[in-house]
Amino acid sequence: MIDWLFFSEIGLAGLGTGGLYALTALGFVLIYKATRVINMAMGEILMLGAYVFMGFTASTLLPIWLSILLAIACTGLIGGVIERVIIRPMLGESEISVFMVTIGLGSVLVGLVELIWGANPQRLIEFIPKEPIFIGEAYLSSKIGYAFVTAAIVLAVFLAIFRTWRGGVALRATAGDQAAAYSMGINVPMVFSSVWVISAMIAAGAGILVGSIGGISPEMGVYGLSVLVVVIVGGLDSLLGALIAGLMVGLIETYAGAYLGGEYKLLATFSLLVLVLILRPYGLFGTHEIERL
Amino acid sequence: MTNADPILDIQNIEVVYNNTIQVLRGLSLSVPRGAIVALLGSNGAGKSTTLKAISRLLEMEKGELKSGDILFDGQSVRADTPHGLVRRGLFHVMEGRRIFEDLTVEENMIAATYAGSNAEARKRFDLVYEYFPRLFERRKGLAGYLSGGEQQMLAIGRALIANPKIILLDEPSLGLSPLLTEEIFSIIARINNEQKTSMLIVEQNAAMAFAVADYGYIMETGRIMLDGPTSVLTDDPDVQEFYLGMSGGDDAGHKSFRDIKHYKRRKRWLS
Repeated sequence: MIDWLFFSEIGLAGLGTGGLYALTALGFVLIYKATRVINMAMGEILMLGAYVFMGFTASTLLPIWLSILLAIACTGLIGGVIERVIIRPMLGESEISVFMVTIGLGSVLVGLVELIWGANPQRLIEFIPKEPIFIGEAYLSSKIGYAFVTAAIVLAVFLAIFRTWRGGVALRATAGDQAAAYSMGINVPMVFSSVWVISAMIAAGAGILVGSIGGISPEMGVYGLSVLVVVIVGGLDSLLGALIAGLMVGLIETYAGAYLGGEYKLLATFSLLVLVLILRPYGLFGTHEIERL
Repeated sequence: MTNADPILDIQNIEVVYNNTIQVLRGLSLSVPRGAIVALLGSNGAGKSTTLKAISRLLEMEKGELKSGDILFDGQSVRADTPHGLVRRGLFHVMEGRRIFEDLTVEENMIAATYAGSNAEARKRFDLVYEYFPRLFERRKGLAGYLSGGEQQMLAIGRALIANPKIILLDEPSLGLSPLLTEEIFSIIARINNEQKTSMLIVEQNAAMAFAVADYGYIMETGRIMLDGPTSVLTDDPDVQEFYLGMSGGDDAGHKSFRDIKHYKRRKRWLS
């Protein structure tokens, strides 16, 4: 006999985790959409964002909301600097070279954070209200609930923007052919900068939420790898795909953990990955490569 | 070519790729306002490089303008960015059409609206559909599924959206049937005539280019070898033989190797 209350509580928790996955996936998708580069340092930027937030809360008397905004802004700025200094010179190079550069960048960021804040896991300041949320009778941890709501709002805003704004076309045009985009008046370097800044800001926000749920450590960047699964399942260049795949992976992972045991979590998500790749190699919502015969 | 106030004036430019390979060696040409100028030459002569030097897309390929200057509308392009130049009214339709395959036809045109104000550019969509009714029929479809001719139409259509003063066209006939080539070129002539857009056309198909152009330049290994009004050029025996594919004079058919050697010698002497 299935315990429906338990089932729905797990489901809610799964959606919460999934919301965070989707939010981080958005960062991947934005950069991929505009530059055809998978930013392997995404998890590390997320980690950096969480540490910057900790830095603001530990050393100053700023109100929490201001610390959050400052941490997001700072990480965005760092994202912009990274783009300007490391990624911009790669303009016009093959995507795989840039991909390799981002792997190196990830290691550098881990090293920097360890130098500044040390290698030990730390806790973020408690800022999310503690009272649990009840939906019907189902219990939901408040942290996961708030994280989900935040993620949902940010994703909805981005989806709406991309449906209506011509900037979405500029991103995809830049991804399709940098030189051609340049040749028709699209400010390609500006597109590069903006996606890196915005992605870093999203990552920082996600990092603060993830960190406040599970604590932070320099190894937290591994979270980026789980999200990579989400992005590949959803289709690398689809915002909607990121949202749906995020929720799917979150749900599957949590259900597998609850009913089969924690060791089945990764097995379940990666089985999903393999299954999706067999059926739809470009992801659930990804763009087909066009081959004209 | 003497002209009081050309829209485009290239003065003695040298272009070097990767700091090692010199492609253009003191090339000069100019495009008068409202005119169509053809730039011809064999493969590897540096025609596309010339266009990229003008539109600043050279940077994407590690090319550098070492000396000389390019004046567009009286102002040097040296300090400009590629997108800045488009906004000033210089549009480069690149070789191989370079449409965005994953975008629909209409989205391809939206991508070109960045050259100016959005509202202004949107009004020009109808103009593009008027020149290319086939694009209107296929506007919701992915551009990657267009035929080669339709893709070339889209590439030119995108240029029209930007409302440029001059269009640099790199081999509009590439991979098209003779019939389609003719269609494209007649539209190019119409656009020039009706929109008063100046054009610099790089072509392999010399006959077609001369049919629409007012003035022609012929380049070999990075410099201009010959130039003149197209009416004069079409009568030039060398041009007839090597670019228009007419075998010269009475002994039609065979050409002995000695004659080709003679031409090569002549070229070397000129350079």
